[in-house]
Amino acid sequence: MSRIGVFICHCGENIDRTVDCSRVAQTLGELPGVVHSVDYKYMCSDPGQALIKQAIQEKGLDGVVVGACSPHMHEKTFRKAAAGAGLNPFLCEMANLREHCSWIHEDRERATRKAVDLGRFIVEKIKFNRPLSTIFIPVERRALVIGGGIAGIQAALDIADGGREVILVEKEPSIGGHMSQLSETFPTLDCSQCILTPRMVEVAQNPRIKLLAYSEVESVEGYIGNFQVKIRRKARYVDETKCNGCGECQTNCPNKKIPGEFDQGLGMRTAIYVPFPQAVPNIPVIDRANCALFRGRAKGVKKVVCNKCAEVCGRKAIDFDQQDTFVTENVGAIVVATGYQLYSIGKKQDSEMLRGYGEYGYGAIPDVIDGLQFERLASASGPTGGKILRPSDHKEPRTIVFLQCIGSRDPAKGIEYCSKICCMYVAKHTMLFHHKVHDGKAIVFYMDIRAGGKGYDEFVRRAIEESHALYLRGRVSRMYRNGDTIRVHGVDTLSGEPVVIDADMVVLATAMRAQPGIAALAQKLSVSYDQHGFLNEAHPKLRPVETNTAGVFVAGACQAPRDIPDSVAMASATASKVLGLFSKELLEREPLIARVDRLTCTGCFHCERVCPYGAVERLPLKDGKGRLIKIVAEVNQGVCQGCGTCQATCPSKSAELEGFTDEQIYAAVNAL
Amino acid sequence: MSADSSATQTGRPAVPFASLLSQVRNATGLDPARCYQCGKCSAGCPMAAEMDVKTHEIIRLLQLDLRDRLLAAESIWMCLTCETCTTRCPNGFDPAVVIDALREITLRERPDRVPRNIGAFHSAFLRQIRTHGRVFEFGLVASYKLRSGALLADVGAMPAMLARGKLALVPRRIEGIGEVRRIFDECAKREEPR
Amino acid sequence: MKIGYFPGCSLHATAREFDESLRAVAAVLDIDLEEVQDWACCGASSAHATSHVLSVALPTRTLALAEKQNLDRVLAPCAACYNRLATARYALNHDKKTASQVQSILGGGFNNSVGVVSIAQLLSEATTEIRQKAKVPLSGWKVACYYGCLLVRPPEVCGFDDAEVPSSLESIVSATGATPVKWDMSLECCGGGFSLSRTASVVRLGRLILQSARNAGAQVIVVACPMCHSNLDFRQKAMLERGGFGDAMPILFLSQLVGLSVGLDPIRLGLHRHFVSTQPLLDRIGAAKSQPEHREQA
Repeated sequence: MSRIGVFICHCGENIDRTVDCSRVAQTLGELPGVVHSVDYKYMCSDPGQALIKQAIQEKGLDGVVVGACSPHMHEKTFRKAAAGAGLNPFLCEMANLREHCSWIHEDRERATRKAVDLGRFIVEKIKFNRPLSTIFIPVERRALVIGGGIAGIQAALDIADGGREVILVEKEPSIGGHMSQLSETFPTLDCSQCILTPRMVEVAQNPRIKLLAYSEVESVEGYIGNFQVKIRRKARYVDETKCNGCGECQTNCPNKKIPGEFDQGLGMRTAIYVPFPQAVPNIPVIDRANCALFRGRAKGVKKVVCNKCAEVCGRKAIDFDQQDTFVTENVGAIVVATGYQLYSIGKKQDSEMLRGYGEYGYGAIPDVIDGLQFERLASASGPTGGKILRPSDHKEPRTIVFLQCIGSRDPAKGIEYCSKICCMYVAKHTMLFHHKVHDGKAIVFYMDIRAGGKGYDEFVRRAIEESHALYLRGRVSRMYRNGDTIRVHGVDTLSGEPVVIDADMVVLATAMRAQPGIAALAQKLSVSYDQHGFLNEAHPKLRPVETNTAGVFVAGACQAPRDIPDSVAMASATASKVLGLFSKELLEREPLIARVDRLTCTGCFHCERVCPYGAVERLPLKDGKGRLIKIVAEVNQGVCQGCGTCQATCPSKSAELEGFTDEQIYAAVNAL
Repeated sequence: MSADSSATQTGRPAVPFASLLSQVRNATGLDPARCYQCGKCSAGCPMAAEMDVKTHEIIRLLQLDLRDRLLAAESIWMCLTCETCTTRCPNGFDPAVVIDALREITLRERPDRVPRNIGAFHSAFLRQIRTHGRVFEFGLVASYKLRSGALLADVGAMPAMLARGKLALVPRRIEGIGEVRRIFDECAKREEPR
Repeated sequence: MKIGYFPGCSLHATAREFDESLRAVAAVLDIDLEEVQDWACCGASSAHATSHVLSVALPTRTLALAEKQNLDRVLAPCAACYNRLATARYALNHDKKTASQVQSILGGGFNNSVGVVSIAQLLSEATTEIRQKAKVPLSGWKVACYYGCLLVRPPEVCGFDDAEVPSSLESIVSATGATPVKWDMSLECCGGGFSLSRTASVVRLGRLILQSARNAGAQVIVVACPMCHSNLDFRQKAMLERGGFGDAMPILFLSQLVGLSVGLDPIRLGLHRHFVSTQPLLDRIGAAKSQPEHREQA
């Protein structure tokens, strides 16, 4: 027979004002199996907890029900108290008489009866509770960071500084991300590469950081504390151990007319190339699609069409037969920092949800460019040496029109969100233009100005008041080539005047989007994402850097449009989470997770199919002679989140959620 | 339904109509709250140069429920329904349909505000359909001139049109004219209750 | 191939040549135009500007008649009629309130099964045949394809071609051997129904269109709407008087251009009915004129 203790809390007046607590305690005290039932003003206080401990010891209680606030508030408190008195903490439960009763009703009589019901519900349930113990899982105290932009770099450096090893995987030939393409950053107008490259070098030199550039995550197995990640190291066709970054191969490569990705198509590169001079690692890569030798091979040509680079390489580092290789790394935590891509101004979009801007020419007008392209023009290391020149004829533009909200805040084109950074970088662009072309005219079409950061609004005012950028509040209906210029038909809604401008250049501030291929990566990690591809945080307010998959964290623009300071802050936050995770050798988990009864499991694996976390494994059961009896489902204790979907699905009732077994639930429901 | 908000501006007693905003919402199924006043409609409107109240301002006045100012605006009669604004609005709003609804409301409630020429043209046009089932252009022009008072304009073109065979002098009535007239009558009955 | 035919009010009078040339070309392309019997006016701008229900009910009557005639598509050559019919079809599918009102006015029983097609859509299905049958070389003709505002917009209603950078007319014109020019006013409104009631607006807008076509090197503008034709042809004199775009520019209906390319007689195509003389064009291809040109206004 059970020996249950019931403790009804007044919670000051919160519960007692509406619920007659002493009557509840009295009524519940009469239930079979309840040997002790009291009420008290503040159960969570020290004396309140002392009451529980005392009763456990004096009356040999084997179950404790505390009728009080929500378990979210104090379940831990009371379980700790019970454990302190020698009772298994999972034999202590709470009935929510506050959020579920006193705070939502007014009729004292009916509320009191309901409180009795809520108490009885738990009392009957707890009779079927089992003692459970905390689960401990070992932690591999190494981290994986996916993405080598500013967020990934910051996370890697912080984790390494915290004494832990980091593997940093970056899919491009060099780390640096989009920040390395920028000319200057707002609101300080710091030279972007000048502040970034020292960090990049630090990453390369840090003994705890293993940099795997030109690599991608191939597969992820395992769970928090114990991930096995297979990484594909793509073939550069250059031996990293031999190459010394001298650059002779690039100088001598005959194919010099390939539009470079780093310059957003505005500058040319060679077939064997390093994306930019400060690349880390400074090891070139061969672009097979444009390399004469590889194209010859693809056509089946027997002789070697060209091997200039190999000829001039003093270290014999070129290896045309190099293959992709795979490495598997064991890590305990993963940080995703894959960054963003920009919405395309062309006609073809990589998502069916998006439409292009036909009214702006679908990107076919040569001097209509996007923000990153303008950065490359303005950048001293860019294709024009930092001069703002028109792509069509390399003349200096006198009038540049900037359009904000291209793609962003445009549900008709498929994106309803605001990209956050465009108002700031357009103001920056007008200032850069003004500094370089003193009598140039910058005109900005905007809808609103979003400048909510530190020093941000002041920055935009500088653009207007010092650089004399003309800000017109309105959108542009259409633009088209008109001789040498681009005719822009817009409006200024503040004055009501339609505005027609003949611009020398137009810069479109396009929306920030998640990287292509993010869906595939997210699925490998079991991380959810929204309809735009942005990764989902665990809770938008209070858990911004965690995901719903334990052990996987998220930083930077891959979660939502974000600027550099916020991305860096987020990256450091993920590092603190990772280091917190790694602060113990063993991870503690609540044992309220699923369990499969091997005897009754028929191996149908419906549970495996419905488990949202991939926590079900297949376990072969063998007899003494090693012959297979059956394969049963087994719940991985590290991954299971205790959602109960398997329990609801299992046809043989073999899968059960500890703390919420069918027996417990039926007992509780039948008590009502 | 809230009382006419413009009444509170002027201090005149509220007129017993539903607010213009809710009238338009009921008639079109569209909510002007969707408009964030970006002005792309006005920027592309072919008649913007001639309008006193621009397209986006029409929607703004509607958002503010300023009935008198809006139904008095000549701009709503200048809309060509060219669908440029509709095609380009970032919020998928349809200023053209809203303007049509405003026109319909003005005709019913403030016929004195309808510009003479345009009102005359529409009346003449619809009269033609009601009479013959099809628009008999000679009759249309004659009727328009009488209604609008623009008696002499284009008169010189008549012989030229005739010579090119472009003017049918004798109207032909369709067989189903009864049905067409019934449609006109039924539509008049079903127009939005105010 | 059979298709329903809704000429609309203007094709029997002021845009007779559109009807004539379209019938002639249809015959050559083996398209059987079956006129919707006893059709009534679509309502044009006057209906939708004054009564929403009427503006849907009138075209729906026509579509219902077409359905009774077992036609599965109806061609409406006038872009405004096309847009009104397509809008009615769209409203019946998407606007429950209007749909039930109109169905009850018409007495129900209409399944909204009839598709609505513009002349751009119809002829772009026939470009191969046009190319094969083109025997009069129109090469060297620089043609500005004028869509006007209603042929492909709004995209949800028309569901054909690109609403900002359309190409269907260009593909038809190319099939005839002529050269479409790239110009920037192809979708801008000509002033539509304001020909009588606000003529000054039509003159202003038309002039911009003509200027742009001239600047792009066009010698002729091809249109697909009687309203646009009238505004750019009948009213061109007033535009010429304001100056700015050189000599008069002939305005052809799309069916007339296609008709010329397949060797049809210009009189049959109604080329003598224009206000702006089409003779300069005909001279280029040595086409005979069997009737004296009418005296133009210019």
